[in-house]
Amino acid sequence: MTAVAAKLTIKDVTVTFQRRRGGSVVAVDSLDLMVRDKEFVCIVGPSGCGKSTLLRIIAGLTRPTTGEVVLDGIQVSGPGADRGMVFQSYTLFPWLTVEGNVEFGPRLSGQPPELCTRIAKRYIDLVGLSGFEHSYPKELSGGMMQRAAIARALANDPEILLMDEPFGALDAQTRTLMQELLLSVWEQTHKTVLFVTHDIEEAVLLADRVYVMTARPGRIKREIKVSLPRPRTVGVLDSEEFLRFRREVQQSIREESLKVLSAKEEGG
Amino acid sequence: MPDKNLQANTHRPAPRASTRPRSRIVSALDDALRPHEPVSRQTYLSGVILSTAVIAFVWIVLSYGGIVPPLFLPSPSDVVRAAVALFREGSLLIHARASLSVIVTGWALAVVAAVPLGILMGTLKFVEALVEPVVDFVRYLPVSAMIPLLILYIGIGTAEKVAVIFIGTFFQLVLLVADVSANVSKDLLDSAYTLGAKRGTVFSRVLVPATLPGVMDNLRITMGWAWTYLIVAELVASDRGLGYLILDSMRGLYTDRIFVGLFVIGLLGLGFDIIFKRLHRILLPWSPKI
Repeated sequence: MTAVAAKLTIKDVTVTFQRRRGGSVVAVDSLDLMVRDKEFVCIVGPSGCGKSTLLRIIAGLTRPTTGEVVLDGIQVSGPGADRGMVFQSYTLFPWLTVEGNVEFGPRLSGQPPELCTRIAKRYIDLVGLSGFEHSYPKELSGGMMQRAAIARALANDPEILLMDEPFGALDAQTRTLMQELLLSVWEQTHKTVLFVTHDIEEAVLLADRVYVMTARPGRIKREIKVSLPRPRTVGVLDSEEFLRFRREVQQSIREESLKVLSAKEEGG
Repeated sequence: MPDKNLQANTHRPAPRASTRPRSRIVSALDDALRPHEPVSRQTYLSGVILSTAVIAFVWIVLSYGGIVPPLFLPSPSDVVRAAVALFREGSLLIHARASLSVIVTGWALAVVAAVPLGILMGTLKFVEALVEPVVDFVRYLPVSAMIPLLILYIGIGTAEKVAVIFIGTFFQLVLLVADVSANVSKDLLDSAYTLGAKRGTVFSRVLVPATLPGVMDNLRITMGWAWTYLIVAELVASDRGLGYLILDSMRGLYTDRIFVGLFVIGLLGLGFDIIFKRLHRILLPWSPKI
């Protein structure tokens, strides 16, 4: 596609789930996509299109029925610290403080405790949670828990950060703040990010490129390059350009939904 | 009455509460009876005092009032006198100690075996397949029905009573703990995997700590059940323990001593409950349950 080599490639991935009563459902159908180094890529699609499944496959948590995932030239065969993940649900370990959570990865990799604490502090500062190092998750708000979860994933210095609708459970105001925070974190770390969402605005605001997925079975329908200037803030939401990109993505998803609808009418 | 109605109709239709101030008791009751709403400490304490006072009052009236003969219901002072006498003889301590050692031993053995097995059973489908049919079957057998067998196998000493407690708590606890570990969020485990944890680490550093609050709750609950089984065990072929004290007192129609036995059991149970709640707070300050 371009001169820049792909960091992550997904080749012809298909996922079929066996139904209990026999028969099977194709969740993801011969899907191809790629993410370049230091790129922020969003996947949008209607709910149930298999975008979370796709992310779990990349994380190594789910095995594809066929096809392969290649990160830095090596085929993914299971979960690993090179692919950090932030989930939609709150997944901080409740028995660890914020610091203990963020240190979890570095400690597993056997780094000296003082270094782990230093790394933890850096990322806790980065997500704006300084002062809460010794708080337990139950003492934090939803937004704070997700910030800590982002810090925890980043503290492991993964090759790619996978985010599965991380702000989906938050209220609208908090979500905007979190998007701003993520933009600023990305400006400072330039991690490669693959971000799944059903929120079109969120996708256009954050991404360099947006992949639009079809309804089940999930395929890539379109790829849209978002050439909005960086660094971005939520101020961009009102710009003419932003609205143009948003309309483009929206149109693409709408076509898809209409197709699904008419297919259903014909079939029914 | 008609006048009042007329007045109410001619005035603006204000809700009754604002035209006539409700009595304090009514409004306090109204506050206290809202579902799932917290009540003030004062209201809570007054509830505790109220129920205790009612029971004490009924007891006092029935016993001192001569309504129920002392053979069936000894008066509070009779019970205190009996308690002092038993304590002086030294037998109260002997019985309490005997019961405590049986209960703690049997329960602790059950905990040591049931907690790891329960965690494995709730986590690994294969272990569930191995364990569940057996546990489900034995769980429905009343412990008291096994006492004859246990006496046949182990005799009538302390070991038999410990075995009763063990059997009574072990099978229940396995299922309770399995349920707790089966309910540990899968996302929590997945997060650990994506942070680089391997299977063993996920077990020891995620699954086990995640089950602790639930396990702690179930330890408290099964300790309560253990007391029930203890009394059953001590009612059959026994020469000491609080259950024995009660049975022996019945033979001599010492109703006051029966009451002493019951009170001691109740107080010890209450004590254990308080200890468990404290421990939960001290050991698991992060627990969402406190």
